[in-house]
Order: sequence, then C-alpha cells, then structure tokens
Amino acid sequence: MKSYFSVIFTGAWSLITGLKVTIKALFTPIVTVQYPREKLVITPNYRGHIDLIKFEDTGSHKCITCGSCQRECPSDCIVVEGEKREGVKGKVLTVFTLDFTKCSLCGACVEACPTNALDYSDEYELAGATREEFHYDILKRVEERE
Amino acid sequence: METLYSIFPELIRIIVCAIGGAVIVFGNALVMGYAERKLAGHIMLRPGPMEVGFHGIIQLVVDGLKLMGKQLVVPAQADKPLFMLAPILAFAPVFVPLLVIPFSDKLQGFDLDIGLLVILAFASINVLAILIGGWGSNNKYSLFGAFRSVAQNVAYEIPMLISLLAIVFMTNTFSLREVAAAQSPVWFVVVQPLAFLIYIVAMVAETNRAPFDLPEAESELTAGFHTEYSGMSFSLFVLGEYANMFIVCSVATVFFLGGSSGIDLPYAEYTGVVWFLAKVYALMFFLIWIRWTYPRTRFDQLMNFCWKYLIPFSLVNLLITVVVVKLI
Repeated sequence: MKSYFSVIFTGAWSLITGLKVTIKALFTPIVTVQYPREKLVITPNYRGHIDLIKFEDTGSHKCITCGSCQRECPSDCIVVEGEKREGVKGKVLTVFTLDFTKCSLCGACVEACPTNALDYSDEYELAGATREEFHYDILKRVEERE
Repeated sequence: METLYSIFPELIRIIVCAIGGAVIVFGNALVMGYAERKLAGHIMLRPGPMEVGFHGIIQLVVDGLKLMGKQLVVPAQADKPLFMLAPILAFAPVFVPLLVIPFSDKLQGFDLDIGLLVILAFASINVLAILIGGWGSNNKYSLFGAFRSVAQNVAYEIPMLISLLAIVFMTNTFSLREVAAAQSPVWFVVVQPLAFLIYIVAMVAETNRAPFDLPEAESELTAGFHTEYSGMSFSLFVLGEYANMFIVCSVATVFFLGGSSGIDLPYAEYTGVVWFLAKVYALMFFLIWIRWTYPRTRFDQLMNFCWKYLIPFSLVNLLITVVVVKLI
C-alpha cells in the first residue's frame, strides 16, 4: 500500500522533470543551419585541396618553380612548369595544375615546399558533372583571388 | 407560408452552424498541424517547416493540396465497403459536438440539456471508425492498432466519464452552457483538481496521442490502423483526430476552466470566444508539449495505469463529491 502511493509521487515528479527539460529546449535557440543560405565558418584546421598563398607584401605567390611538390606527390597529380624571363631572377611560374581526382590530401607537397608557398584551401562544396571540373588551375586561382 | 416564416430563422441558424463547424474543423487542423510541427521542431532544436511562405506558414495548405491529388489505393484483399466507410465515419461525427459547445454566451449552435451526453456519444463513434478501418484493411498491423485502440478507449472512457460526473453532480445539469455559467466565482479546476488531472490524462488517451499513441505506434505497427490509407482517406483520419482534440479540450475548458469567462471585453456575449479559444489552445499546447516529452507507454502499463490508478481515484473523488454535495 505504501509503495502504491510512493509510485504516484515519484512518477508525477519524473513527469514534471521531463516537462521542464522540453520547455527549456523549446526556448533554446535552434542549432540547425539552413545550409545553402546559411553556412558555418570552416575551422582553420580544415584540409581542402592545396592552394598557393597570396602574400600581402608582394601581392603575388612565392613559388620558385623548384618542383619539390611535384616530385614529392605520391599520386603524381601536380604539374609545375616555369620559364626563364629577361631581367627576372630565377624561374617564373607558368603552369601549376592539380588533378584533384587523384589527390589523396596527404599534404606532402605542403610539407615539402621550401618557401612555404602552399597551403590547404577551405573549399568543401565539391560537386561536378565531369572529371575535368576537378582539374584545378592553381595558378589561375591565386591570380583571381582578392 | 406561415410555417415557412416560422422555420426560416431556424434554417438560417442550421446553415450558419454547419458552415461554422466546417470552418472550425478545417481551420483547427491547419493551425494545429502547423503548431505541432513547429513546436516539435523547436523542442528538438530545429526550425520545423521553413521553406513554403514566411517561416513555412503555408506548408499545411500545400500538404493538403498534395493529399487531395494523391491516388486512393485500396488493397486487393481489403474489405472495400468497410475500408472506404471508416475514414468518413471517423470524420463526419466530429461536427455534431461542435454544435453544442458554448463558444461564448451567445455563440452556441444549440443549447441541449443533454449536451454532454451528445458530445460523449458522438466522440466515441471514433473508436468504431478505427476498428472498422483496422479490420477492413486486412493487414495485421492495422488490426493490432485497431484492437489496441478499442481496448484503450473503452478503458479510458470510464475515468473520463466519472471525473465529468463529479462536476455534473455539483451543477445538477448536463447542459454545457449552465455548467460554464456555474463557475462565475471560481473555476471548477480549483474545486476539483483531481478530477481535472484525471480528465486530462484520459483526454490524451481518448485522442490516441503520445504517450498513449499505441494504436498508431510507428516503431511497432508501422502506422497502426491507418497503415493502408493514402491521400484524402488518410487525411480524413488526421482531420478527425485534430477535431477530436479540439472537442475534448473544449469540454475541459467548459467543465474546469470557466468556459468563455475572463476579463470583460466589449460585447462580452460574443467576444468571450477569445477567452474560450485562448483556453482551448493553451490546453492544445499542453497536449503537443507532452507529446514531444514522454516516450510511449507499454500496453500493460497503459492498462494498469487506467484500472489501478485512474478509475479508483476517480471513484473516490466522485464519492467525496457526492457526500459533500449532499451535506451542503
């Protein structure tokens, strides 16, 4: 008989506790991000495909066309080409492409770069209808960037 | 000609009542469908419908149009007449209780002196509709849902009736208007808190809503008695369910929360409807709130709760009420 009534009171108390939890949740700000219209800020640790860094002081990249990244790449997906120009010290970069369909995002190229000219981009919206859309022209990207 | 003149005002009254009932049933389903999805979303920290219109406000209209456009599939082995009859039987009787509910002093279809009995009689036809639908579908899940629904509704109708009976003993009338009028100093929720609690629990069970939604338990019975229904026949069940929620909440408002009484607005005989609807929708909010709080009860727990707790308590409450009424 004693347990009959104690069950009523403990049960009722647990029901009220439950209601408190949900009413609090009702007035908590929602956590859903309505994706195409709202986007989260990407963490700086994010490893997208590689990109050349645009430096403030020179307004350009610091690639010296040494080809270390190309040699280091285990998947052979980087192509770097340069040429000698009159009045310019060293080689000038003319081609820097990345075949992202083969890239395994290992980061060996970023590690190998002697001038620290390479970094990971924060691109994550990667979708395409053809394979060629993933052949990135890294040099064009760095020139077009703000 | 004389007779026509004499019945003409009554005819107008009937037409206005029928239109008003339809407006309430469909408008209530729209509001409740939207409120349910929106509140469910916010309780789970997500926004709910957001895409169609401002904050998804016309989502339910679009859903209604979609349901109207869908094919009515009748399973090959189903009992076709019963299968088609069940949604109509679930939907049609909800109009009658709306006629006797006093929305305010003057906004009432017909003030019958057996108003409460009319409401309870027509509300219990819903059980029959569910049983017919479950049986006619020729599907084991539907049949199990229907069986559970009948057992649950028959069990929970008893404490519901007994808790209302305590009020009837106090006011000595079945007329809803007179019950509402009898609570001018204090609402009956203060005098009869236990009856109110029992009525609320029984009301959730009667409308087959969580945590007592065993007839349509998704995880066990796919969708229970309406597993085989599609398109409009499915939405008639949903409309009937929401209208039943409105009716049981209205009865709770009339019997325990003072009906349309409140702070007097201009034209109080008519504008009492504002207070009435505010109370009804506060109760509806509570129903939605508990739906997204509690997990579903097991079937033996459901039956134990009714027969071992609700019915004895409501009987004791009735007994005390009767003794007190006799002594005073």
